[in-house]
Amino acid sequence: MFDLKGRYALVTGATGGIGEAIARFLHMQGATIVLSGRQEDKLKALSETFSERAYILSCDLTNREQVSQLVDRVISMGGRIDILINNAGVTRDSLCMVMKDEQWDDVVAVNLTSTFMLMRAAVRSIIRAKTGYGRIINISSISGVIGNSGQANYAASKAGMIGMTKSLAREVASRGITANCVAPGFIRTAMTDVLNERQVKHVMEAIPASEFGMPDDIAAAVLYLASDEARYITGQTLHVNGGMIMP
Amino acid sequence: MSDVADRVKKIVVEHLGVEADKVSDGASFIDDLGADSLDTVELVMAFEEEFGCEIPDDAAEHILTVGDAVKFLEKNSSDTK
Repeated sequence: MFDLKGRYALVTGATGGIGEAIARFLHMQGATIVLSGRQEDKLKALSETFSERAYILSCDLTNREQVSQLVDRVISMGGRIDILINNAGVTRDSLCMVMKDEQWDDVVAVNLTSTFMLMRAAVRSIIRAKTGYGRIINISSISGVIGNSGQANYAASKAGMIGMTKSLAREVASRGITANCVAPGFIRTAMTDVLNERQVKHVMEAIPASEFGMPDDIAAAVLYLASDEARYITGQTLHVNGGMIMP
Repeated sequence: MSDVADRVKKIVVEHLGVEADKVSDGASFIDDLGADSLDTVELVMAFEEEFGCEIPDDAAEHILTVGDAVKFLEKNSSDTK
């Protein structure tokens, strides 16, 4: 089950907590992984923990030119993209009334626009490869589903991702390509480490499982959606949140 | 029949899984050969690959029939032999 031998996966935001866990899970099941992120040194350190089948490509997702070249760079390395994991994401929290245009633009550019551009390039290359198998998995967020005060930009980008994924899913389902989202709730990562004690207590009360999730919880959901076994699941959002919402 | 036409027709037959004799110059991909919009995008990609050229989106919009494709590629292909 969940065998990914011979598959190639590109993971963005690979040096983050969730990205790294996803890379490890896909690699463990036999996939060749291409790790992408902004910090070359961190990428290198991460890739060295894998003895084989791991490559790195640094890419700044705020730079459109770099985004538009990323998939081609994977191909020119002699690779292929069967599985694309759009995991990179940024926050620039602020209340709507005082949110700056740049805070809005930055978040939408990285979280939504780069996801679209990578998805477009990946699907073209998957179709060209004629393998009859492709997986687009976008990491959304519970914020995109229920909103979060201070995160109008982030929530919009993550909700946008869900609608975009459903549209693509409809377009390419007949070609053996699925497109799905995973929507994490509160997961122990650098992004949630910044919450203060009062905020943590408040969040915890809303989580039936009474604990934050771990990056591996997200990686397991991603691995499932990437597998052959999940071939009939497309356009869905898998909520991984300890029961915090049950949409 | 030109070499370009032969190669175009071969791609269309393979991609759409239609009988070769249905792939006439005037055959419309969508109306006569049963292509959907995704098929037309894939066909354009296949033509680009076969003929080593780029077909811009505004040109692709006007390639509706087999003959349209042949005409465009005869004019613009870098590899018409």
